[in-house]
Amino acid sequence: MNVMQASQSMPTDAETHISISGVSKTFSTRNGKVQALQDIDLTVRKGEFVSVLGPSGCGKSTLMMLLSGLEDVTAGRITVGKKDIFGPNPDSGIVFQQDVLLEWRSALQNILMQAEIRKADMGEATLRARELLKMVSLQDFENAYPKELSGGMRQRVSICRALLHRPPLLLMDEPFGALDAMTRDQLQIDLLRLCAETDMTVFFITHSIAEAIFLSDRVVVMSPRPGRIERIIDIDLPRPRRLAMREDKRFNEYTRELTDIFKGLGVFREEY
Amino acid sequence: MAIAVDQPTTIARPRPVRKALGWVSPSAWSLLIILVLWELSVRIGNVPAYMLPAPSVIGQEFIDYGHRLLPNAGVTLFEVLLGFTLSVLISIPLAVLIVYSKVIERTIYPLIVSSQTVPMVAVAPLLLTWFGYGMAPKIVIVILQTFFPIVVNTVMGLNSASREMIYLAKSMGASNWQVFWKFRLPQALPSIFAGLKLATAMSVIGAIVAEFVGANAGLGYVILVAGASFNITRQFAAIILIVVIGIAFFAALEQIERIAMPWRRIAR
Repeated sequence: MNVMQASQSMPTDAETHISISGVSKTFSTRNGKVQALQDIDLTVRKGEFVSVLGPSGCGKSTLMMLLSGLEDVTAGRITVGKKDIFGPNPDSGIVFQQDVLLEWRSALQNILMQAEIRKADMGEATLRARELLKMVSLQDFENAYPKELSGGMRQRVSICRALLHRPPLLLMDEPFGALDAMTRDQLQIDLLRLCAETDMTVFFITHSIAEAIFLSDRVVVMSPRPGRIERIIDIDLPRPRRLAMREDKRFNEYTRELTDIFKGLGVFREEY
Repeated sequence: MAIAVDQPTTIARPRPVRKALGWVSPSAWSLLIILVLWELSVRIGNVPAYMLPAPSVIGQEFIDYGHRLLPNAGVTLFEVLLGFTLSVLISIPLAVLIVYSKVIERTIYPLIVSSQTVPMVAVAPLLLTWFGYGMAPKIVIVILQTFFPIVVNTVMGLNSASREMIYLAKSMGASNWQVFWKFRLPQALPSIFAGLKLATAMSVIGAIVAEFVGANAGLGYVILVAGASFNITRQFAAIILIVVIGIAFFAALEQIERIAMPWRRIAR
């Protein structure tokens, strides 16, 4: 299979949202320096849904942390919406694998924390929070404490919280990784619905091939140790995406292509 | 769209016997049984009151001598409450400093831990020499006796906020001050209350120990004086009052805990 990385059309300046150039990240550990990311170059268009796919240890979560500004780059440059990222970037919403809901706040109050910290208009924020809860079918649970919600419901609240301030960029680090398969399917649909009505850019970290194909406009394949971009694949499936598309011929071709890449990287070894 | 909602669990109807006994707690029942057995064995075995007074005799002591016992209980209660309050006011800020400052953590924390190896009874005479026979040394001993569980548990609680939680706060643009008040401190509340509840029992012990070493009022003082004249009934009466203070204090704190953390009452 040919290397497609160079053939990716570079978006023009006007529609560029994220620009990552020559980025490396090194961590100092007890056993010396560990290079998590090496020479990452990536451009993301405004409104694009980009998934970063790779095995654990490939530095994909680190890449998201760099984008959020919660970690600093060792070398290279990241700009989001023309601004250099230096320190926490409050123009983004962030969702982790753990829902990180605050146990002492109800679902609604958890979402409103976003507005409280930003000192936003609380009346307006409350309306927006209710609207978001409705979009993920949790309108009857606004007063429930996290303890009273199932894992999937909790993660939906956490997504609502990330979207309250209408961020131009949504960062998600394996947000559905801890959920069972069926809940996961539903949350993928919920996420796409939320995305469909804004022009926000989504940067989605996952280690599920099917999830990456199903959700994304582009899939960035990373190889481990040190983390490098191996390949970038355009997903040319129509939107709105439907669960049945996962059985489509084209979907399976993408699955095959990605599986082959990981086989080539030694991530999958089939002989036994 | 279908959402998984937990079925409301049906509660089993209490059986008649349970219903009849249900209005008092099981612990009250066991206490009652112990008291009855105690009364019976003293009466049947003809045990003299100077060895082991029957509960009824102790009850009589409360009626006859209550006007002297209660003011002394008041003194002990005051020492406990004031010492405990001061201890909280010192311990929680100290824990915050330990969490936020590496220097303080390295210099003060080991001292705090090693201070706990010294028995309070050994230090009490020293404190009496320094602070006199009044209220002051009692308060100091209650503080010394209680600050350790509060500091240790508060430190643990403040450190229990996950990395993701701090990241989340930072991504919202939270200041360090907001991270502390809106994330770390509420997250630490269950641990802080665990420390406070441990400290309630320690505070009563501290006050009695202090009174034993030198005092002219308080339940510890009552026990000391009654012991000198072999008045074992009065000693029992004083011990019961100490227990009552301890339990009431603990129960009051548990009530405050329930009010402070309503989300904890919800059973999942």
